[in-house]
Amino acid sequence: MDLVEFENVSMRYGEDGPLAIENISLSVKENEFVAVVGPSGCGKSTLMKLVTGLAPPSDGYVYLGGKQVAGPQKGVGMAFQASNLLPWRTTLENVLLPLEIVAEYRHKFRREKTQFEELGRALLKRVGLAGCEHKYPWELSGGMQQRASICRALIHRPSLLMLDEPFGALDAFTREELWCMVRDLWQEEPFTVVLVTHDLREAVFLADTVYVMSKGPGRILVRKPVNLPRPRELSVTYTDPFADLVFELRDHIGRIREGS
Amino acid sequence: MTLAQRKRLLMKASPWLLLLFLGLFWELVCFAFQIPDYLFPAPTDIWRSWLEYRPQIIEHATQTLFTTVVGFALAVVFGLVLGMLVGSSPVIYKAVYPLMVGFNSIPKVAFVPVLVVWFGIGTVPAILTAFLISFFPVVVNMATGLATLEPELQDVMRSLGASRIDILKKVALPRSMPYFFASLKVAITLAFVGSVISETVASNVGIGYLMLSASSTMDMGLVFAGLVVIGVMGVVMYELFALVERRMTGWATRGSDPAF
Ligand SMILES: Nc1ncnc2c1ncn2[C@@H]1O[C@H](COP(=O)(O)OP(=O)(O)OP(=O)(O)O)[C@@H](O)[C@H]1O
Ligand SMILES: [Mg+2]
Repeated sequence: MDLVEFENVSMRYGEDGPLAIENISLSVKENEFVAVVGPSGCGKSTLMKLVTGLAPPSDGYVYLGGKQVAGPQKGVGMAFQASNLLPWRTTLENVLLPLEIVAEYRHKFRREKTQFEELGRALLKRVGLAGCEHKYPWELSGGMQQRASICRALIHRPSLLMLDEPFGALDAFTREELWCMVRDLWQEEPFTVVLVTHDLREAVFLADTVYVMSKGPGRILVRKPVNLPRPRELSVTYTDPFADLVFELRDHIGRIREGS
Repeated sequence: MTLAQRKRLLMKASPWLLLLFLGLFWELVCFAFQIPDYLFPAPTDIWRSWLEYRPQIIEHATQTLFTTVVGFALAVVFGLVLGMLVGSSPVIYKAVYPLMVGFNSIPKVAFVPVLVVWFGIGTVPAILTAFLISFFPVVVNMATGLATLEPELQDVMRSLGASRIDILKKVALPRSMPYFFASLKVAITLAFVGSVISETVASNVGIGYLMLSASSTMDMGLVFAGLVVIGVMGVVMYELFALVERRMTGWATRGSDPAF
């Protein structure tokens, strides 16, 4: 079943600004891991806003779970390049924030706080943040903050996880570590992921399908299924099929550059 | 004593050392140039006046403290509510701002006679003047704190299904607390300015009145004693709110010293 569907979607900021994205059609299956790559300013973040209903399309239709998107969607998990953790809350409290908001949980939050806290602790432990529950976000390193941010996006078991360059600001080692973290979380209990990234290796390593977008106004240039077997080990990134895929995508991006 | 300890001790003692130094310098200047104490009293003259008139000064100071604190409290409540309205609605922001800036530009001393006509002389105009002069920074800071909420944080909250009230309660308000407490420190000192102005113009109680009547009999020692008392009260209240600020919003300075 298709969870997300775009039908000839265009979108511009303001009444008569330039198009941010143009005539995009795509569909994301349930529990599919999709990566979107493209040059800076091509409308990747805009695409995310459209999926989650934070911005309406100027033209065309966006469907989420079979229903047309109108207004912000409830219970979608999001994480950005900046971790956006609340500095006055401890890490655990930050992770539990969605449970205080999402309609499904908010009424029982008070009553079942201890269970929820256990849930939060377990998730933090899964991503290697055991012992950091009561630290404040500014006492964590950038990579640790990003892990916590992803925990926050996942704690309420959203059917859709939106990641907007979540590893962009991290060093190569931490990034690979976090790739594996996301891979494991996803493998264990599949959910639908839309990952926006600049990093082609990241896209190929994690995703089932990679979309390449053109320079603004953004259009989908290529849809590339990644047929590497799962579960994927980090060592797969050094194999020839992997390198070929990356190289092919790189080639498309290169052409965008020349074309502009 | 280690070097670090000595440094910290110096930090703690520095305001007192400066005060001592300035006092000595003042005394020395008065002594060296034989300045008569009905023009410019030396610290020792002021001290003598304080000893002589202590009961009266304390009585009047209590009145001033009372009017200041009541006016200030009104300003905080009113400023908080108005600031929340202004900061959370762009329409109200646009509508109210010019009016408020215009109002704040009126010298409040010019307004005191109007208050006297309405409420008679004494306590009420003093409270109202303190209120009028000190609510502005609270409103502006509160509004700024709320209006500068990061869009990404809003996106995270909205995509969880948070209502405007949720966003205000969970994110916007806690986030603007540092702005709020910073404004309290400004507002309390302004409130003293307001109440003393009003007492000087239209009252027969309060430090302002005491100073006015003392200066009409050329008792400069008493006038300066009044000035010093106002200054001391201002510093004490300021420190009080600085303490509250550190308690409530330690996260804003990331747990380090509030300076760079
Ligand atoms: N809030 C906004 N108001 C007006 N224009 C915007 C706004 N946000 C984005 N744009 C414009 O829309 C286009 C696409 O922006 P978007 O943020 O989606 O790019 P992006 O692909 O996410 O870039 P990056 O990889 O650098 O994050 C850009 O040309 C940008 O100038
Ligand atoms: Mg972006």
